[in-house]
Amino acid sequence: MNVHEYQAKELLREFGVPVPDGVLATTAGEAERAARELKSAVCVVKAQVHAGGRGKAGGVKIAKGPAETKQAASEILGMTLRSAQTGPEGKVVRKVYIEAGSDIAHEYYLGFVIDRASESFAIIASTEGGMEIEEVAAKTPEKIITVYIDANVGLQAYQVRHIGFGLGLDGAQVGQLETFLRGLFRLFQEKDASLVEINPLVVTSSGDLIALDAKLNFDDNALFRHPEIAKLRDPDEEDPRERAAAEIDLAYVGLDGNIGCMVNGAGLAMATLDMIQVCGGSPANFLDAGGGADKEKVQEAFKLILRDENVKGILVNIFGGIVLCDLIAEGVVAAARELGIGVPLVVRLQGTNAAEGRKILAESGLDITPAETLREAGERAVAAVRGAEG
Amino acid sequence: MSILCDKNTKLLIQGMGRMGRLHAGFSKDYGTQVVGGIAPGKGGQEIDGIPVYDTVAEAVKDTGANASVIFVPPPGAADAILEAADAGLDVTACITEGIPAIDMMRAKAALRGSSMRLVGPNCPGVVTPEQCRIGIMPAKITKPGPVGVVSRSGTLTYEAVDQLSRLGIGQSTCVGIGGDPVIGTTFVDALALFEADPETKAVVMIGEIGGSAEETAAEFVQSNMSKPVVSFIAGQNAPPGKRMGHAGAIIAGGQGKASDKMAALEKAGVAVSVSPAEIGETLANHVPELRP
Repeated sequence: MNVHEYQAKELLREFGVPVPDGVLATTAGEAERAARELKSAVCVVKAQVHAGGRGKAGGVKIAKGPAETKQAASEILGMTLRSAQTGPEGKVVRKVYIEAGSDIAHEYYLGFVIDRASESFAIIASTEGGMEIEEVAAKTPEKIITVYIDANVGLQAYQVRHIGFGLGLDGAQVGQLETFLRGLFRLFQEKDASLVEINPLVVTSSGDLIALDAKLNFDDNALFRHPEIAKLRDPDEEDPRERAAAEIDLAYVGLDGNIGCMVNGAGLAMATLDMIQVCGGSPANFLDAGGGADKEKVQEAFKLILRDENVKGILVNIFGGIVLCDLIAEGVVAAARELGIGVPLVVRLQGTNAAEGRKILAESGLDITPAETLREAGERAVAAVRGAEG
Repeated sequence: MSILCDKNTKLLIQGMGRMGRLHAGFSKDYGTQVVGGIAPGKGGQEIDGIPVYDTVAEAVKDTGANASVIFVPPPGAADAILEAADAGLDVTACITEGIPAIDMMRAKAALRGSSMRLVGPNCPGVVTPEQCRIGIMPAKITKPGPVGVVSRSGTLTYEAVDQLSRLGIGQSTCVGIGGDPVIGTTFVDALALFEADPETKAVVMIGEIGGSAEETAAEFVQSNMSKPVVSFIAGQNAPPGKRMGHAGAIIAGGQGKASDKMAALEKAGVAVSVSPAEIGETLANHVPELRP
């Protein structure tokens, strides 16, 4: 789960990591008042959307004094921000964060992640602050310092020194870095973060370390023990279909094709998209109905798929392990009757109780195209959509 | 022969809830020796004819169990894994989906130096055809034979196994290693076991987007495997930055793409099927002597 920069910075403050003073505003008037409160000669007005690349997209402006802050906020609020990370449709800015300007001497990059390969925490630091770390890794890997932290041993002082002196900080600053990193590490563990990115980490002209930007992601699987983090979710920032899917415990990702897909299991769901593509078609979505798929869930999944107006046909691909194919078939029949699907429907049932399931479909009297193998399912779905278009 | 489990495996069920009981029954029906269930507070009872114990240690002492399958919900699953290891089991498969990554990382670190092999979490388990079923796979589609199957996905494992069985090609053991970022048995671990197993003549490896486990496996195949390997990578058309169902299936910062994984595997001499419908055929073409 992602949170906004202003929320991330509140959490950093709570864990003793220095951040600039800032105030959230949802109107230009509030922004003006915020600038007064901050008593800073220079304010930075920052669009609050869940996407990077805000600066280049015009979502970050420097303002001198309350009047300029008001003006900048009025320009940013309501704009549709388009960056490499928002996609072409962009994101509407509903909130701005007004922050006291910092006097920057140096910029660094600092990232905290769970490293899958070493199965440990990793801190990634670089002298190339403000740049995308992937770009630095590709072009100048020698400028990246990585340390791995054993999950059961924790961050060691020598690791902090390795990073600090490696970045070229002086002794006093390495001391500050220790507080900084210990705060981040504690935040990471206590709140079950999956990513903390401080880009840039800044050394001010007075020599102090401060987190100028902050990005925090949290482990969705751990939200059950962090209601205070789950509360930070901003529904405006999520794809409405993905949100609706999450509410009924389905995994859904919208795509731009026209064949709606309902599959059990993430791997098979991805393979089904691949199958459609191999057959010359284009999938409209990824949908994993999960191990607990039953009649009700199937109906909900159909509703979700049909919310996408591009859908010209639906492919249901179920390989029953835990999932019982006869229950799925009942769901398909009920959905077809009650929702009036209106587009061609191809259903492939395999595995547990597949024969019973196929019988239910065949006896329903509904216009459902059955398929035996994965290939048949893909080919028939693609043909059905072509037929519907022609 | 086989890997991880066989007809001598004595299995415990950790977590005797609805799922645990259902699949304990399926495993028993398949001929697996299900010797006990763990349900703290219900020790001494019997559930569906299976003796129940409060702790894994007690169950091991009483039954001589050497394996377990974990159905414990996410908050307690990492604890269940460590309990299994502490009780001295050889193998445990954790089916539970949705364990916090930090819990798994700590558990995995604590397992260093333990002789127990963890399969999963978030996996379908292990089946050695006609001998032993640990987990939730539909064992009916399997068939004894010479091909080892290892996969990050559940239902896609079934798809691959089904394609093999339909071609008349049986399996030595089918292992689902799970789709989470931090897992016990990795591709490399499973490949090494299959390489050492005299009955396994070839391996099917099903990967997916995210992480670099397939690339690491490709290196291992190139330098350590004498047996032919066939592969399929799911998610060739997945958009970047989106989590595709599995917590580990995400293309992040241009890393973890299917095309890179396929290229790495092909370079290592692995026969890669582009179509998910031709996993079985690819194996049959690549290793024609296995075609009946």
